[in-house]
Amino acid sequence: MHIIVNGDRMEVEPTLTLVALLAQLGVSASRVAIEHNGKVIEPDILDSVTLGPSDQLELVHFVGGG
Amino acid sequence: MKALEPLRINGRPFASRLFVGTGKFSSPQVMAEAVTASGTELVTVALRRVDFQAPADRTLSSLDFSRYHLLPNTSGARDAAEAVRIARLSQAASGTNWIKLEVTPDPNYLLPDPVETLSAAQQLVELGFVVLPYINADPVLARRLADVGCATVMPLAAPIGSNRGLLTRDQLRIIIDQATVPVVVDAGLGMPSHAAEAIELGADAVLVNTAIAIADDPVRMARAFKSAVEAAELARLAGPGHQSHQARASSPLTGFLGDEA
Repeated sequence: MHIIVNGDRMEVEPTLTLVALLAQLGVSASRVAIEHNGKVIEPDILDSVTLGPSDQLELVHFVGGG
Repeated sequence: MKALEPLRINGRPFASRLFVGTGKFSSPQVMAEAVTASGTELVTVALRRVDFQAPADRTLSSLDFSRYHLLPNTSGARDAAEAVRIARLSQAASGTNWIKLEVTPDPNYLLPDPVETLSAAQQLVELGFVVLPYINADPVLARRLADVGCATVMPLAAPIGSNRGLLTRDQLRIIIDQATVPVVVDAGLGMPSHAAEAIELGADAVLVNTAIAIADDPVRMARAFKSAVEAAELARLAGPGHQSHQARASSPLTGFLGDEA
């Protein structure tokens, strides 16, 4: 199925969990924040969120800034 | 001159009145060394999309977060809704409910939008955030933000990254005079003397990023800013004399050689 991650379309397996997606992308869960269909996902429930078709995800983290 | 009170923001004490931004450094190592050299206890960071080509941003992995209080900013927000969104994501990413509220839609001058800032501040305070709003040096806006529950006000000295010093000094004086929360002068400080002057005017702290990050030797510049802020603090504690228009002689006015009897 396709999902949108950080504005880009991605093909992923159906019923992929968020935690599995992070592992696939090589992204560490610590200090990453996730918005799933406009909702902020708390870090402790990542493995309980299953992705659906056309889901929109924003994966963000801290960078240097003033 | 305003009496110096120990710096506390939302009840948290800070021994250093110099806050440092982490942007624009030439490398993560230089940034970490400069932050250490500055003696700061608070650093700002920004929130951006993970780059999947380089998912582990090394910039911040060089920083020991146990030594500094983290203050995420809402840079990139063009309106209140985006600022609230970024703040919520920052909290999820870090666990801190402190947020530097920054709504700067114009890319040329990066001036903060006062209407969106006030709206976002009200929403964020209601959501339980400790809000430190970045504003133009508008004394009326500063009072409004303190009234809605912001933990500080952060008026600019000059546009972000301009290094031009206290262009807004007259307005800053008014803000400082009327402040009911700590005043952190933020943006545009280019030299240690600017930071010292801000503290001497009565500001409670300063935030510096560009001036340190783009110096040829950022570590040395961080040390210079540290010294300047400490000097200004000492001066306030020392109880400076008044200014006068006329001279007040430093040497005695009697016993001159060759005086007539």
